[in-house]
Amino acid sequence: MAVSKVVLAKLSPTMEEGTIVKWNKKEGDVIKVGDVLAEIETDKANMEMESQGAGVLRKILVQAGGKAPIGTLIGVIAEPNEDIAPLIAKSGGPAKPAAPAAPAAGDPAAPAAGDPAAPAAKDGAKGAAPKEAAKRDPPPEQEATSKDSAAKQEGAAKAAPAAGAGATGPADAAAASAATPAPAPAETAPDPVSAGANAAAKAAPGDQSASVASSVETQPASAPAPPSNGDAAPRPAPPQGAASGDGGRVKSSPLARSMAAQKNIDLSSVAGSGPGGRIIKRDIESWSGSAPRAATGAAASAPAARPAAPVPSVAPGTEIPLSSMRKVIAKRLAESKFTAPHFYVSMEIAMDGAVGLREQIQRLEDVKVSFNDLIVKACAKALTRFPMVNASWMGDKIATHAEVHIGVAVAVPDGLIVPVVRNADRKSILDISREVKDLAGRARDKKLKPEEFMGSTFSISNLGMYDVTEFTAIINPPESAILAVGAVRRIPVVDGDDIRIGHRMTVTMSSDHRVVDGALAAQFLNEVRRLLESPVSLFV
Amino acid sequence: MAILTMREALNQALKEEMVRDPNVFILGEEVGAYQGAYKITQGLLAQFGEWRVRDTPIAEEAIAGIAVGAAFTGLRPIAEMMTFNFSLLALDQIVNHAAKYRYMSGGQVRCPMVMRGPSGAATQVSAQHSQAFEAWYAHIPGLVVAMPSTPKDAKGLLKSAIRDDNPVIFMENEILYNHKGEVPDEEYHIPLGLGDVKRVGTDVTIVAWSRSVTTAMAAAKALEEEGIQAEVVDPRTLRPLDEDIIFESVRKTNRCVVVEEGWRIAGFGAEIADRVQRECFDDLDAPVIRVTAEDVPMPYAKTLEKAYLPQPEKVIDAVKRVLYREGRG
Repeated sequence: MAVSKVVLAKLSPTMEEGTIVKWNKKEGDVIKVGDVLAEIETDKANMEMESQGAGVLRKILVQAGGKAPIGTLIGVIAEPNEDIAPLIAKSGGPAKPAAPAAPAAGDPAAPAAGDPAAPAAKDGAKGAAPKEAAKRDPPPEQEATSKDSAAKQEGAAKAAPAAGAGATGPADAAAASAATPAPAPAETAPDPVSAGANAAAKAAPGDQSASVASSVETQPASAPAPPSNGDAAPRPAPPQGAASGDGGRVKSSPLARSMAAQKNIDLSSVAGSGPGGRIIKRDIESWSGSAPRAATGAAASAPAARPAAPVPSVAPGTEIPLSSMRKVIAKRLAESKFTAPHFYVSMEIAMDGAVGLREQIQRLEDVKVSFNDLIVKACAKALTRFPMVNASWMGDKIATHAEVHIGVAVAVPDGLIVPVVRNADRKSILDISREVKDLAGRARDKKLKPEEFMGSTFSISNLGMYDVTEFTAIINPPESAILAVGAVRRIPVVDGDDIRIGHRMTVTMSSDHRVVDGALAAQFLNEVRRLLESPVSLFV
Repeated sequence: MAILTMREALNQALKEEMVRDPNVFILGEEVGAYQGAYKITQGLLAQFGEWRVRDTPIAEEAIAGIAVGAAFTGLRPIAEMMTFNFSLLALDQIVNHAAKYRYMSGGQVRCPMVMRGPSGAATQVSAQHSQAFEAWYAHIPGLVVAMPSTPKDAKGLLKSAIRDDNPVIFMENEILYNHKGEVPDEEYHIPLGLGDVKRVGTDVTIVAWSRSVTTAMAAAKALEEEGIQAEVVDPRTLRPLDEDIIFESVRKTNRCVVVEEGWRIAGFGAEIADRVQRECFDDLDAPVIRVTAEDVPMPYAKTLEKAYLPQPEKVIDAVKRVLYREGRG
């Protein structure tokens, strides 16, 4: 058993650093693969971190309460008498790449190992050293002598298959070493196909290069892995344009994927216990959360398209464990409400023109559009005139978004989610209507793709279908404003000297005062009102 | 049911088929007067005479060539290779003639011959006499490749092989010749292309054939003590391959280990791993792991011979890895 590094794993798709809440094991404890080593607080929740290696927990490097970026060496698992001092020493300093490892590659033993008949490198550690070397980028001073280093790498490449002698053969030996522990340490090149590995692969003859390549392929590179697809948290839309799902990927076995799909589990909400954090069958089986694809942000809001969202049946006097969606809602909205200084501006809007427009569309096009569809369009159009409302607080600056993406809060049985109508300002009302229906339907079925609920720049929450007159919503970060929409009511209105029946709707905009000031909010709402009261403006 | 060694079971199969069909005859080195280098043809010369049990010179290409020609004319020759290591000399006859004529003649010419003999490692016979060449033959369209692991399978498969109208490469194993097992007393056949579950389990599928089945079964027994139930699937013929029996098992266990005595690179296990990853992709919880001979010529030293071959410990290790249990770091 080689030394196993305990590296702070990426336990949530958006996690960048973690706090050790507590260590469940202490130094000297015997550790098996899968043992819960520590409880880690991530950006989303407290997660258990399982051991990827077996042995004795020899050293804890980051104590409970300590915070560290992912990929940090926080402990060492090894045999009781194994020398772990070099590893600990290394973890203390910054990246010191190939220098110490290169001599190992050029070790006189390497040529002998290249001889297929030689049993060579029986000792796992010896076999591992050249591979380590191959994995790393050569430091600049070695590039000058790249030919020489390539030759050494060839030795390393040849040694790699031989190292499998005690096992089941070269490729499996490689797989085994890859299967070892946790994510790549910080000093390893984030791109697994580092220059050194390339050189080795090229230099190695024929089939040997294949085993080198496979050893490279299987390196767990979880540390630098970008955030996952399933991430529910809306993140700042890039100022220059459409925010979209990132290219991140959650590692999982095919079986785990198909099981997750069947059970409607979002893989990004599952912690993987396999090599490199791979999600495997047992992780899905033991997954106890609920509600994948947690929505975020947005208000204490409601469905956009279909009125009665099912009311979950809850027995009084019980404790309900938090679903991952509930956790995200709690964290994100608390963060928004306690960080962004909210203020509220309300306005009553005459909806008689909108009522007429709706009837006309239904008559002429045989399509039922909702008030909310008109409001989406009106807000989108208004936002193009008020880019400061379509903006994000960035800490040291404010970023206005080049495009207008409207989030529409949809109630789902266990929470809410905010699907996004992209570029709503450029879409027709019919298109918006169709899209919202589709998104809301799929949101309730938990079938939304990440890019469909991420990247909105302004949100709308509508409780009109519950006959709510008016309410306030919490801003969906990193947006700067959200519009809370009440019901369209038939009320007596004074029209000249007459009293007649009018349609009125109250909207309340919550704004982040760091970005939007009161006058701006009022002007923006006036523009929304203008568009809805003379809805022909929506078409020009 | 009688308990027979595989040697006896093979001998029975030869005898029964020679009695049944006068077109069946045997040729090879030492098959007659010496009664077989491994005594598979014991008693056959006395029973059937020199006309049907032909001793030949040490000339593998000639043995194969005569068998191919005889088969073309309607006889059913059984060519014994003293070991399959020597069959390399006969490759042209097998690959370019036996395997091709049925196809190239539009079905007019058939080649109902069997080439049989021991394959794989024995004990300390070193680099040139320990090779497992099943992947070479399984590669060739037109051939059938059978590799029994038990006396019962050996007899049933050999009888099917003799009656088959295609050239059958029948690879036995020297170590297995003395293995005993139940063999039905009555007439029976085992169809070519039909696999067998040698042990039922739920946690992992181990695919193995010939002597590797013994290795896999030993591993499965040890794993059981750790609470791991391994299913051992023996395809029995590699070409045609009963892939369905493998898929069915993998879909149940979600994990697959392939054990073979051949070398890793382009070994037959790679073919199985390929099919499993394609057909059972969504059922796999771990990559398919192969346990093979080491990628070197077989060493002579006993300890190195052991290290070279698949062993139960290596299979156990592979199983633990696909189960994400401890295993080797």
